[in-house]
Amino acid sequence: MNVMINSLPFLWQGLLVTLQVSAIVVVAAFVLGISLGVGLSFGPRWVAWPIRIYSDLIRGLPLLVLIFSVYYMLPLTGVNVTSFWAAIFALAAFQSAHVAEVTRGAVQSIPPGQHEAGKAIGLTFGQRMIYVVFPQALRRFLPPWINTVVSTVQGSALVSLVGIVDLMLAIQQVIGRTFKPMPMYILGALIYFAINYALSLISRTLEARFAYVRE
Amino acid sequence: MSVSEPLVKVRGVTKAFGSNNVLNGVDLDVPRGSVVSIIGASGSGKTTLLRCVNLLESYDSGSIEVDGVEVGYDIADGRRRPRGERDLARIRADIGMVFQMFNLFPHLTATENVMLGLRKVRGMAKAEARATAEQWLVRVGLGDKLASLPIEMSGGQQQRVGIARAVAMNPKVLLLDEITSALDPELVGEVLKVVRELARDGMTMMLVTHEMSFARDVSSRVVFMDGGRVAVEGTPREVFGAPAQSERLRGFLARIELREV
Repeated sequence: MNVMINSLPFLWQGLLVTLQVSAIVVVAAFVLGISLGVGLSFGPRWVAWPIRIYSDLIRGLPLLVLIFSVYYMLPLTGVNVTSFWAAIFALAAFQSAHVAEVTRGAVQSIPPGQHEAGKAIGLTFGQRMIYVVFPQALRRFLPPWINTVVSTVQGSALVSLVGIVDLMLAIQQVIGRTFKPMPMYILGALIYFAINYALSLISRTLEARFAYVRE
Repeated sequence: MSVSEPLVKVRGVTKAFGSNNVLNGVDLDVPRGSVVSIIGASGSGKTTLLRCVNLLESYDSGSIEVDGVEVGYDIADGRRRPRGERDLARIRADIGMVFQMFNLFPHLTATENVMLGLRKVRGMAKAEARATAEQWLVRVGLGDKLASLPIEMSGGQQQRVGIARAVAMNPKVLLLDEITSALDPELVGEVLKVVRELARDGMTMMLVTHEMSFARDVSSRVVFMDGGRVAVEGTPREVFGAPAQSERLRGFLARIELREV
């Protein structure tokens, strides 16, 4: 018990890194993923096809492989970034592919008549997306999107493997000094669980909030 | 542009879905202030023609002009180029359309449905758009439904919102695509009444319909389409009164009347 309490300030630093990595990745994947998902759904073939290949490829790789690939291969292409940004790059690439698929599923659930009604009053493509499609697709977008956020927090633990002192690595460093793995891993599990459980509670609230009854 | 020039001018329009030729050279004029009804069996191309007028469907060849502007293409260096998104949006804003399945925006109230185009396309201020929307909704008899969502309205009420949404944009021409086909019989009347009033006020309309008595009643011209062409065209009296001129029209009208009895 003492170990757990004494380690808290140190773990706090790690937790901040975990939250920071997660937040940056979630925002980047959100913006990129929605753009890719819209391109995938409505783009001409020369837009949709490369996105399809990107998404299938990225989602087919284990996240760890992706992180190591970026970490070791980016420098070879002459791009020098810190391990922090390399890890973020890899996580964002991975999650954006998932967000793209979530977006595709959500926007394609909107019937063609809605697009036609938008066209008929003279809305441009962008306006139809913002005022007609997205508000209706939100309900189908949110639950699987929160899943990608949860998986981002979980996946962020892998950045410890390229030497970033996040919550995971902080825990392991404490274990390295105290030789008491059990309480520390239990504490770590509780912290990760608390974050993700809070997220799924938010998800449920939002889902109810945006449930426009239609059927 | 002379006033006598037809508002909608369709010339030699063809359209194929794959190997299926839906339109085979359609010629049609819609004079300003007139109501043209398009009738015909399903598969005759009447809905496709209507959808070509605001380019919900593209056409392969021929020309559709609305108020002197080619809808689907702009002509540069003598060559036809499909219109871009912004161009199309601008043209469509002046062509109203009411749909068979209403296609109201389910996340918006009746007033917001009508306001959307006024705000984002016409650039009206919020208060002005709201006032205009409410004015039209009152006119179609929905003064007590301003804040209702589509789900809270009957089919007939939803369709009247659909009409208000289209006419509030002050379009040059209004396209009505089988707007009563999805309604319960007792709700058809309230929708047709609104269309009649619009016709009386001089709104130029093209309508596809299965309501023969309505078409006879409200139209200046009636067009019978068959096999992707205009087979018979004339005043309601000519088309419904003297069907001897076309065997196909006679057969079509006989089948419709059987259904109406």
